[in-house]
Amino acid sequence: MGQTSYADRRRRLISAAMTSLTALCTLLAVGILLVILSYIAWQGIGSLSFRFLIDSPRPVGEGGGIGNAILGSLVLLVLSCAIGLPLGIAVGIYLSEIGKGRFAGAVRFIVDTLTGIPSIVTGVFIYAILVLPMKHFSAFAGGVALALIMVPIVARTTEEMLKLVPHSLREGALALGAPQWRVTLGVILPAAASGIATGAMLAIARVSGETAPLLFTAFGSRFFSYYLDRPIASLTVQIYNYAISPYDEWHAQAWAATLVLMTLILGINIIVRFLTRKRF
Amino acid sequence: MSGVVMAKAKVQTAAPKIEVRERDQMPAKPDSDSKKAKVAVRDLNFYYGRSQALHNISVEIPERIVMAFIGPSGCGKSTFLRTLNRMNDVIPATRVEGQVLIDDRDIYAAGTDVVDLRRKVGMVFQKSNPFPKSIFDNVAYGLRINRLTKSNGELAGRVEEALKDAALWNEVKDRLKTSALSLSGGQQQRLCIARALAIRPEVLLMDEPASALDPIATSKIEELVFSLKKQYTIVIVTHNMQQAARVSDTTAFFLLGKLIEVNATEKMFTAPNEKLTEDYITGRFG
Repeated sequence: MGQTSYADRRRRLISAAMTSLTALCTLLAVGILLVILSYIAWQGIGSLSFRFLIDSPRPVGEGGGIGNAILGSLVLLVLSCAIGLPLGIAVGIYLSEIGKGRFAGAVRFIVDTLTGIPSIVTGVFIYAILVLPMKHFSAFAGGVALALIMVPIVARTTEEMLKLVPHSLREGALALGAPQWRVTLGVILPAAASGIATGAMLAIARVSGETAPLLFTAFGSRFFSYYLDRPIASLTVQIYNYAISPYDEWHAQAWAATLVLMTLILGINIIVRFLTRKRF
Repeated sequence: MSGVVMAKAKVQTAAPKIEVRERDQMPAKPDSDSKKAKVAVRDLNFYYGRSQALHNISVEIPERIVMAFIGPSGCGKSTFLRTLNRMNDVIPATRVEGQVLIDDRDIYAAGTDVVDLRRKVGMVFQKSNPFPKSIFDNVAYGLRINRLTKSNGELAGRVEEALKDAALWNEVKDRLKTSALSLSGGQQQRLCIARALAIRPEVLLMDEPASALDPIATSKIEELVFSLKKQYTIVIVTHNMQQAARVSDTTAFFLLGKLIEVNATEKMFTAPNEKLTEDYITGRFG
C-alpha cells in the first residue's frame, strides 16, 4: 500500500509540474505577443486621426497620411486572392481527391518546397518575368507575386482539410448516383469550408505582411491609384520607407501605419470567420 | 447442444413477427422460384490487390424480397454487397471477375454508366453518413443532382414521401431546415434510408444498417425493412442472426469469401443443409 501511494504521489507531482510548465510556456508566448501588440498600439495611436487615414503622403512637416497605401494594400490583396485562392484550392482538391501515385507525390513535394522559398526570391522572379518585359513596376506584378506566395499555403491546407472529411460522406454521395465532380463541389468542399477558409486566412495574413516581393514589383507610390498597370502604394512598403527615414514625424507615422495594418488583418479575420462559421 | 436449443428458441419467438408462410418446399437455391431474379451473380471473384476476397460466388436474388447476408467478420459479405452497385470501384487496386446481372444486364460490362447503376441500386451504410446540410437538403440531394423533379413543389413532395417511407416524417417535419447532424443516431440512419429511397431505387443494399443503434432504433429500422420490401428488392448484411431471422425471406451464409449456403430463412435457422451453416448458427464458431 505504501509503495503504491508513493508512486501515486510521484505521478501527481510530475503531472502538476508538467501542467504548470505548459501553462507557463503558453503565458510566455501569448505575453510576448500582447507586449508587441500593446507597444504598437501605444506608439501608433498618437499619430492616428481620420485625416491620417484618408490623406496621401506629404513632405516632412506637413502631416499627410496613408490613405493611398490602405487603398493600394486592399487592391493588392484582392488581386492576389483572385489569382491565388482559386489556384491554391484547385491544387488542394487535385492532391486530395484526384491525384494518385508518383505524379501527385511530386506535386506535393514541389508545393512543400515552394512554401519554403524566401519571399524576396519570389519578388525577384516576378521582376524578371513580368516587370522587365513590361518595362515598369505595376500593381499587377505585385498581386501576382503575392499570389505566388499564397498558392502553396492554400493548396496544402486545402488538401489537409479535405482529407479530414470522412470517407463515408464521399461514398454516401456516390451511392446516390452523384458523379465525382458533384461529390467534390457539392458535399466535400462545403464540409471542409471553414477549414479551407482558415487556410486562406493564414495565407492572406501572411501576404499582407510581405514587403520584400512588393519592392521589386508594385514598388510603391505617393499618390492614390487603383490602376493595375501602374506602380501602387502599399502599407508595408510605406512603413518600410518611413521607418528607414531620418525624420521623427515619419517614424511616428510608420508606427500608426503598422497599427492600421494589424487592425486591417484582424478585421479581415473576423469577417471571414463570420462568413464561414459552422451552420450545420 | 444448449446452443442449438437456444438458437431455435430465439427463432421461434421471433417467428410470429415475420409472418411465416409455407416456405419449406422452397428449393435451396431460389433460382427456380416463381419470382423473377432481379439480381443474378455468376462466378464472381473479387481481389484486393493480390489477395482474393470472394471465391466463385453465384446467387440469384428474386424481386421484392429481403435477402440477408450473414457470416463472421471478414467473410466477404460487405465486399460482396458493394460489388452489386460497384461501390468497390472507389477502392484502389481492386479487381472483379465474373458477372453481376441486374435486370439481365451485366453491370461490369464495358460502357455501363455507373452513375445510372447507383441510381437504380441504392445503398445504406453501416455508419450513418448524413451530409453536413439541412435535413431537407440531405433527402433532396439525390433528387437534385439527378434532376428528378421539375419544380420546387414536386421536390418538397418527394422529400416528404421519402421521409414518411423511412418513418421519420413525424419526428422532423417541423425542423426540416435544421442540421441533419442534430438528429440522434437512429434518426440519422433513417434519414440516410430516406435519402436513398428518395430517388426510388429498385434495389436497396443495406450494410449492417442497425449495428450502431440501440434496440429501439434497431426495431424501427427492422420494421421499416419489412414494410419496404413491398416496393423494393432489399439485400441486408447483418452480424445479428436474430435480425436476419426477423426481417429476411432468404438468407445467404458466407464464410472465408465463399458462399456456403442460400436458403429460405426459416429453413436456414431450423434445418440448414450444410454442416458449416449449422455450426455457425448454433454458435460453435464465428
